[in-house]
Amino acid sequence: MLEGLLIGLETAFSLKNLLMVIGGCLIGTFIGMLPGLGPMSIIAIMIPVAITLGDPAAALILLAGVYYGAIFGGSTSSILLNAPGVAGTVATSFDGYPMARAGMAGKALTIAAISSFAGGTIGAILLMIFAPALSSVALLFHSAEYFALMIVGLSAIAAFAGSGQVAKAILMTLLGLMMATVGEGALFNMPRFTMGLMDLQSGFSFITLAMAIFALPEAIFLVLNPARAAHSESGKIENLRITKQEAKSIAPVIGRQSAQGFFIGVLPGAGATIASFLGYAVERNIAPEHEQKEFGKGSIKGLAAPETANNAACTGSFVPLLTLGIPGSGTTAILLGALIALNVSPGPRLMTDEPQIFWAVIISMYIGNVILLILNLPLIPYIAKILTIPRTFLIPFILFFTLMGSYIGQNNSTELLILVGLGVCATIMRFAHYPMAPLLIGFILGRMLEDNFSRSMQLYDGINFIIERPMTMVLLFLAAFLVVLPFLRIAKFK
Amino acid sequence: MSLDRWIALVILSIALIYSYAAFFTMDQLLPPFMQRNPIWPSTFPKILGVLSILVSSVIVLGLEKTKDNKDGIEIDPRRLFDYNLGQALFLVVLMAVYAISLRPLGFFISTITFLTVSGYVLGERKIFILFFITAIASFIIWYLVEQVLGIYLRPLPSIF
Repeated sequence: MLEGLLIGLETAFSLKNLLMVIGGCLIGTFIGMLPGLGPMSIIAIMIPVAITLGDPAAALILLAGVYYGAIFGGSTSSILLNAPGVAGTVATSFDGYPMARAGMAGKALTIAAISSFAGGTIGAILLMIFAPALSSVALLFHSAEYFALMIVGLSAIAAFAGSGQVAKAILMTLLGLMMATVGEGALFNMPRFTMGLMDLQSGFSFITLAMAIFALPEAIFLVLNPARAAHSESGKIENLRITKQEAKSIAPVIGRQSAQGFFIGVLPGAGATIASFLGYAVERNIAPEHEQKEFGKGSIKGLAAPETANNAACTGSFVPLLTLGIPGSGTTAILLGALIALNVSPGPRLMTDEPQIFWAVIISMYIGNVILLILNLPLIPYIAKILTIPRTFLIPFILFFTLMGSYIGQNNSTELLILVGLGVCATIMRFAHYPMAPLLIGFILGRMLEDNFSRSMQLYDGINFIIERPMTMVLLFLAAFLVVLPFLRIAKFK
Repeated sequence: MSLDRWIALVILSIALIYSYAAFFTMDQLLPPFMQRNPIWPSTFPKILGVLSILVSSVIVLGLEKTKDNKDGIEIDPRRLFDYNLGQALFLVVLMAVYAISLRPLGFFISTITFLTVSGYVLGERKIFILFFITAIASFIIWYLVEQVLGIYLRPLPSIF
């Protein structure tokens, strides 16, 4: 572990990778601040650039930096404009925006930045402890266990879907899996579901799909409803300082929410949104009665709790990605897709086979958090100027970057037509509140799931692998339980 | 019938076509030696097809009670005409036109036209400023993609 850590330090502190993390954090903050553009859209737009770098460690460091920057930028627009770019920062606006309206925008931003820094850093330490342990257990897994584990990951998405959203989340996952079967598979050298089209021979491009289901609908929503990008007068940032008393008051909140957020982030399908809302609810419930009344009106604890939890959860979501190769959220699914495009297979062997990637990403998380605190925070008043760009300039460029991202990835004009078609379908689905992240997770896991299933079937000459490998059976039972869990919850409430 | 059930109905139709292809057409092309395998290329799609039919039917039949989940979108599809629907549709068509024209017209003409026209459609009336900014931005982006990332983008129409 120590040797890997040293390799990681060397890689992360190379000039190129330091520039990547600084650039990623700045770009992420800059774009993440734009209301309506979430981290998934930004990362999707940045993927072609990352893949062109050709260096998996640098690419992942850049994308992870963009991820953190986008969350930080999203919090800023939540506080200044009451316009959260992503669901994960909605809880931030509950108390952040009232603080900004009360003339404490600078203080709110500082609390958000410190909480994010602490949540991210403690999360990175926990990641450093738990990821190697989980990796060593996962090394015992065979394709049968991997198949079962992926089923558990996909089932968890349904289990953590909101009330009334379970069937939609499962359907979106299945749709993603179905889309993954289009084209030539790795094990079977024959084209499937291509409808005779040459452009579908190699299947759908994951970059095009990510752009189509995240970036394009966001841009269309901004066109449809200009109020989403409306500017506010509450964004004056003057004093960024917080008092000792305030720091003392939020310290225990940060400690609790770092741990809670991290473990929620590890669960596939849970992620930053659940972590932030749960963190907010827990802190409100355990606060003294006189402080409880402040929640929703500008409480610093109410701001620190979701900010810490969502950043810790972001770090936690890297655990299943780095150790098992299974993404727990849409963002980590995009990162997994980028790694696969760079011929890197995340999983338990990543730590031993590619320690420079594994450890450099963890180390860069520390660096990223420090950069967000010491570089981005003082720059916020200047970065916030992006909010003054008129939508007549902003939206065409968002659409253009979306199109270019897909074109650069494939160098094919047909890909752009597929992007527009899928983007329109995704927008209509978003109107009906179909969750899009499960579709991308299903799509990215689809090929791996089928490959592991096929290998297990061939090795055990049928589905005997379920009976002959107890761990597989346990995991499949767990998956079945996770699918049934939401329905059990509904039955219990009735 | 609500929009989510209509969408589920469309997905159900896709799942039925997908399953038909998996069950009845895919295995016809299978070489004889592969037919002895415990798993065929159609095995996984067959499972997916059946599951998709079942789950989409649950939504179409309204077996799961859905909540009015806002998901931060704040757009009511029943009042779509109250929003800038015309602008959105025009931009979607413009993106398709851009996709078709990118190769024959080259990067500069198609990109500057796309950015300028979409800015105009969204309400920008300072045409010269818009044109000037999009032209500079197009050149910078072309330079970055072509020279820094090393990806070929035909700058001018193919006749040049």
